[in-house]
Amino acid sequence: MDLTYTPQQQAFREEVRAWLEAHVPAQPLEHYDATREGFEAHRAWEKTLQSGDWGMVTWPKEYGGRGLDLIQWLIFEEEYARAGAPGRVGQNGIFLLGPTLIEFGSHEQKQRFLPPMASGEEIWAQAWSEPQAGSDLAGVRATCAADGDDYILNGHKIWSSRAVFADWAFGLFRTPGTERHKGMSLIFFPLTAPGVTVNPIRKINGHVGFAEIFLEDVRVPAFNRLGDEGQGWHICMATAGFERGLMLRSPARYQVAAAKLADLWQTRRETADPMLEADVIRAHMNAEAYALSIYQTASRLMAGARIGPEASTNKIFWSEMDIHLHQTALSILGTEAELIPPPGGHDWLDDYIFSLAGPIYAGSNEIQRNIIAERMLGLPR
Amino acid sequence: MDFTLNEEQLMFAETARTLFADSCTPDHWRRMMEAGTARDDARWASIVETGLTLVLLPESAGGIGLTETDFALITQEAGYVALPEPLVESAGVAAPMLAALAPDHVVLSDPLATIAIAHPANPYIANADSAAAILLERDGEAYLATPDQVTLTAQASIDPFRRLFSIEWNVENATPLGKADWDLALDRAALFNAAMGLGLAQRAVDLAVDYAKERQQFGKPIGSYQAVKHHLASAQVAIEFAKPVVAAAAAEIGHRDVQSRARISHAKLVALEAADKAARTSIQVHGAMGYSWEVDVHLFLKRALALTQTWGTPAYHRARIAARLFTQPMGPDQTFARESDNA
Ligand SMILES: Cc1cc2nc3c(=O)[nH]c(=O)nc-3n(C[C@H](O)[C@H](O)[C@H](O)COP(=O)(O)OP(=O)(O)OC[C@H]3O[C@@H](n4cnc5c(N)ncnc54)[C@H](O)[C@@H]3O)c2cc1C
Repeated sequence: MDLTYTPQQQAFREEVRAWLEAHVPAQPLEHYDATREGFEAHRAWEKTLQSGDWGMVTWPKEYGGRGLDLIQWLIFEEEYARAGAPGRVGQNGIFLLGPTLIEFGSHEQKQRFLPPMASGEEIWAQAWSEPQAGSDLAGVRATCAADGDDYILNGHKIWSSRAVFADWAFGLFRTPGTERHKGMSLIFFPLTAPGVTVNPIRKINGHVGFAEIFLEDVRVPAFNRLGDEGQGWHICMATAGFERGLMLRSPARYQVAAAKLADLWQTRRETADPMLEADVIRAHMNAEAYALSIYQTASRLMAGARIGPEASTNKIFWSEMDIHLHQTALSILGTEAELIPPPGGHDWLDDYIFSLAGPIYAGSNEIQRNIIAERMLGLPR
Repeated sequence: MDFTLNEEQLMFAETARTLFADSCTPDHWRRMMEAGTARDDARWASIVETGLTLVLLPESAGGIGLTETDFALITQEAGYVALPEPLVESAGVAAPMLAALAPDHVVLSDPLATIAIAHPANPYIANADSAAAILLERDGEAYLATPDQVTLTAQASIDPFRRLFSIEWNVENATPLGKADWDLALDRAALFNAAMGLGLAQRAVDLAVDYAKERQQFGKPIGSYQAVKHHLASAQVAIEFAKPVVAAAAAEIGHRDVQSRARISHAKLVALEAADKAARTSIQVHGAMGYSWEVDVHLFLKRALALTQTWGTPAYHRARIAARLFTQPMGPDQTFARESDNA
């Protein structure tokens, strides 16, 4: 056990910091879910990021990454959050599909899809959920029928984040006639392909942050299938592991928010409810505990372990701490909490509203508790 | 940066686990409670023989000079069996303190002897009657006395294995040892009790899981009901996010700075909260069984209750975290930062 950074890791941090200081836009970009302009501004930022080879530092060099390890990834994330750099518009691609592609994809698929994903040239949406298949994802009905070297896709997907403006989607389909976990395949399709209709859906903050997708006889080459036909469920569970456990929510964003909360408290402690100090401290403790846990997981993975049920405990922890942290901020703001834009420059309100989605997406927290009880603790189904 | 334990550490913990599992079963507790004792001489002898009490002692004092990380792993296992003997206070806190002040002291040469400690943070001294010597504090100076050189007044604790005493003593009847590091003693005690909390918590969950698989209601094991599952999953989440904090606190204790103190305090708070949550959950999952003296869960509840307030109350520890949060630079690059780097 050694909880200090090596000189190389320190130097890496300095390098990231210097680059970000020179490149992060001075003015925050318009939100990527709010308008097409906001989305494109974020795409342009992704391109800038990749011009410095920072798009996805853990990926192999030949696919647009830097081949760095998970500790370096955490350092990068820390500096990225610290610099207040723009949110990652391609997050479902780079953090979820990317690692899955690296694990299950062929060399040709990696060559084709990873570099433009890392540069933001192609931004990806996740198209798994359906109106009748939410928590029960094995109930997916959308189909992929083989036709020569192609697949014909049909079905109705929903809640696909950023699909309104994105370029590609990775969808979960089933071979016609199959049931439940068997016969599923993970297949990529362009959101602009003939037969694809994308209808925006407004989130509770008013942004068109997700969409429903109708597929009518959409033809894609079999090359777009990740892994074997019928392996889709297995692959999705690996993706879900990245999503819940490690990649999607790196600790740095919560540590930044916890530090801002401590500042907010210190500027308002004279007038705010004194009971709230304990919550401010708690928010900091939670963010630190999460960071320590992820460092521990990263160390274990680097020593050869695989991500296990901690994906589910992590997901519950980050989503619940996020809500608690933002609730505390709103309590400190008191009667000003409801104001748009909120006073003081930081959008606690919108972040709070966003935090409420945490226990729903990436597998609801009820489902995660089922998983912990059954797979970690061994309770009967 | 490497946040993993080495083979040796895992093996040592495994040895402790096996020893405790064999020698500290519910039958043992029951017999001790009936006899009104808090120390099983045979078990303590095997703990001593295995070397568990020597972990933190320097080689100059006849110890094996390992680290707080090693000892925390052992106390976690001790928590798993709600060990009655004062392993934490004696071998984790008092003996290393005495060894730092007087490495050749005769008390240290008796391997079976336990040492109690009257720390200013605690109004009562645990297991002082069975100790070979008691470390005492006055104006930052340490003194040593035997139980018969002081006046001990028993004070019952809800934990049947914590024998508490208030103490009256006279400087003339005690051996002066010089200025001692009472802060280090508190840090160690808080850390090891946090580790113990992890063990208490996991045992409470495991007992409930075993019961929930067996107990049937409405024709099914109660563990198949989601309300029961979710209670236990929530307790397990609390445990999982206390573990890395305890591990980091143990690794960093030697820094003796505002960050290491905050980390220890964080560890103590969340590990004992997890223990309390797990114990209460376990009682609920056991139903009336859990409320009965016959079922062992209450021992874990009571130990957690006691350890939560001793060696620094939650308010004390929260204040140490606040001291870091409100005086040091904060943010994602500060997780492993040190006060000296920020000065
Ligand atoms: C902001 C946001 C972004 C999203 N982005 C995407 C995306 O990009 N791509 C995508 O494919 N999907 C996305 N989703 C969808 C998300 O994955 C689903 O919402 C989620 O899987 C839950 O499914 P559902 O909404 O149909 O709820 P349901 O499954 O209908 O669940 C409703 C409620 O019932 C509970 N419940 C259901 N089954 C059980 C059970 N067995 N035990 C206990 N409780 C149960 C749930 O926990 C929940 O509280 C997103 C959702 C949100 C909110």
